Amino acid sequence: MAEIQSYTMNFGPQHPAAHGVLRLVLEIEGETIQKADPHVGLLHRATEKLIETKPYNQSIGYMDRLDYVSMMCNEHGYVMAIEKLLGIEVPTRAQYIRVMFDEITRILNHLMWLGAHGLDIGAMTVFLYCFREREDLMDCYEAVSGTRMHATYYRPGGVYRDLPDSMPKYAESKYRSKKVLDRMNSVREGSLLDFIEDFTSRFPACVDEYETLLTDNRIWKQRTVNIAVVSPERAMQLGFTGPMLRGSGVEWDLRKKQPYDVYDRVDFDIPVGVNGDCYDRYLVRVEEMRQSNRIIKQCVDWLRDNPGPVMAEDHKITPPTRVEMKDDMESLIHHFKLFTEGYCVPEGESYAAVEHPKGEFGVYIISDGANKPYRVKIRAPGFAHLSAMSEMVEGHMLADVVAVIGTQDIVFGEVDR
Amino acid sequence: MGNLVPQFLLNWIDWGMGVFHSLPDWIQYLTITTWKILFVLIAVILIVAFSTYFERKVIGSMQARVGPNRVGPLGLLQPFADVIKLLIKEVVVPSQSNKFLFVIAPLLSLIPALATWAVIPLNDWYVIADINAGLLYVLALTSVGVYGVILAGWATNSKYALLGAMRSAAQIVAYEIAMGFALVGVLMAGGSLNLGDIVAKQAGGVSHWFLLPLFPLFVVYWISGVAETNRAPFDVAEGESEIVAGFHVEYSGVAFAVFFLAEYANMVLISTLTAIFFFGGWASPFEGWTFLNNIPWLAWLTAGGLHWLFIKMCMFMYTFFWFRATFPRYRYDQIMRLGWKIFIPVTIIWIAVEGAMAWFQVGPWSGLGA
Repeated sequence: MAEIQSYTMNFGPQHPAAHGVLRLVLEIEGETIQKADPHVGLLHRATEKLIETKPYNQSIGYMDRLDYVSMMCNEHGYVMAIEKLLGIEVPTRAQYIRVMFDEITRILNHLMWLGAHGLDIGAMTVFLYCFREREDLMDCYEAVSGTRMHATYYRPGGVYRDLPDSMPKYAESKYRSKKVLDRMNSVREGSLLDFIEDFTSRFPACVDEYETLLTDNRIWKQRTVNIAVVSPERAMQLGFTGPMLRGSGVEWDLRKKQPYDVYDRVDFDIPVGVNGDCYDRYLVRVEEMRQSNRIIKQCVDWLRDNPGPVMAEDHKITPPTRVEMKDDMESLIHHFKLFTEGYCVPEGESYAAVEHPKGEFGVYIISDGANKPYRVKIRAPGFAHLSAMSEMVEGHMLADVVAVIGTQDIVFGEVDR
Repeated sequence: MGNLVPQFLLNWIDWGMGVFHSLPDWIQYLTITTWKILFVLIAVILIVAFSTYFERKVIGSMQARVGPNRVGPLGLLQPFADVIKLLIKEVVVPSQSNKFLFVIAPLLSLIPALATWAVIPLNDWYVIADINAGLLYVLALTSVGVYGVILAGWATNSKYALLGAMRSAAQIVAYEIAMGFALVGVLMAGGSLNLGDIVAKQAGGVSHWFLLPLFPLFVVYWISGVAETNRAPFDVAEGESEIVAGFHVEYSGVAFAVFFLAEYANMVLISTLTAIFFFGGWASPFEGWTFLNNIPWLAWLTAGGLHWLFIKMCMFMYTFFWFRATFPRYRYDQIMRLGWKIFIPVTIIWIAVEGAMAWFQVGPWSGLGA
């Protein structure tokens, strides 16, 4: 008698729903998944090893390129770990700026996730709506750091510079009428804070718009309710963090449980799910966007009223101003030392974790007292989530694999590092 | 007339007609039919070309973007640019495929989509083949179309393509039945299998259209039609994010263009058929509003004709695009459940209801099937 084998299918690495370079080897029976075997490492760039070869500050840029849809949150974890080792205080204004940009980043990430998840399940329009709002947030990034994606804005001891007083504006072009141009530039007349405030007032209506397309949509619910259910116990055993854990009903959020920077001074709620299925995780993330919006609003209000320094004054670690450097011998020496050798970090080890949009993003640094780290280990949330892939898709159908990849919010920059 | 057209031209035409009438009857018949076919074929292909443009504009406006606007005025030449691009691309035939079937499959899906137009009446006199079994012919040909998809998926010898083909096969079986049952209702109401007779039966304004008495059947037929053409939210055979492109994953160039043409020709066909079966075909919705005739320029509103069929077709095409912009994709088993467990029972029940209502001559059902 012929032996019946299940069908083996190679899902990726070139696949429209693989979110980058995921290679899944699926064993399927008809369309039902027996086993999913994720192969990782196709985007490995040896980030951790590269960091060992550079002065501390020069590796901040590598952090942006880990999870390339939540750039500043990655930087935050890294600079916090260094600050712990150095034992320096960050000015409150810088802490507020960091919290504000962490939350902007969270919205950026969740918008990207919502669009991609929708597209995976076949709802094309949500994707374009999400990118419309994402564009405004990218402009915030650009205004503050000069680049839309890989900001390299946070520094040990604060942030690179204070918020700008003006926003860049759209230029005239033959494809855009004067009226459209004026409308697009009308929100960009004031400072960056004005622009962000205007965004926070607009954004809740935008989230409502996404929700009208999905939340009560029968097809969307059929595709997500009871798909990839993870119990709270199992979610903790699997090392889930972030919305994946909260979707299962565990109220765990580092911003509340181990507050860093000024998260203990802002008011927000943690949404949790009930059933731990794709639909709950969807609801959790959508609600997180609304909560992030609340936090941003509070930060904007505080930042308006409280000017001040955004960098620690310790010039052994942070560069002196340009003006000081021009007529002060010691500042010139500091500047020269910082931009050639960097700073030396006291011997020891530290772990700092932030509530990254995808979960707990942690950086573990061992210093041997030199100007470069001895060893860096990055704890990426996506890696733990991807490890649960097989368990989550077992018994579901091929189309659900796509929904699960979407719900895990996988980005290979951080999984493969 | 004599002032507008030069005399020598009229002479030429007279001479041409004379020659034509002197030919044997069968050649005359063949010539006229060929011209009729060509007219319909070219019209359908042009409509297909511009419906791709229409789709991109409609979806673009729904998605807060502009759609094509670079090639030609307002981007109107975009379809031709796309066709030329596809024509000059290489057709890659996978080495492990069954080459004969691989090449023949796109044709198998295009031919039925175009051949069905033979029995479709465009107005009260223009129909290529006025046959009595028109409805059966339509059902038969729309079923044959799926062979193209299945053979393409099988001949490609790719796992993704095979999955697409299997999904398509299962889906077609389920939805053909629902579609067939919905048309049984139309047949009962129209009392004829001839599409022209079915439209003629609906004359006399909106209240006489089959839309009202057969509303559930219309909904089932329309949704089944969307499923038959593999359009969103039923596009599991292509399932872009799951099985990449499904049955046409390995097709490129002209071969792909033929599949594309077949899909859109089928959409146009289903839209037209829905208009014929439930929306009175070429009949005007303002039939009997005689006061409109007194207003110059508005007389066309009350007159039935090709323009009304075209408007109704465009309306249904628009809903195709609207669906695509709005809905997420169904999962394959959910599609099957919808087809078998909801649509087929609904149609069977409604056929019984329709029969009873027509028998007792109740409300909008009175006068049906006579």
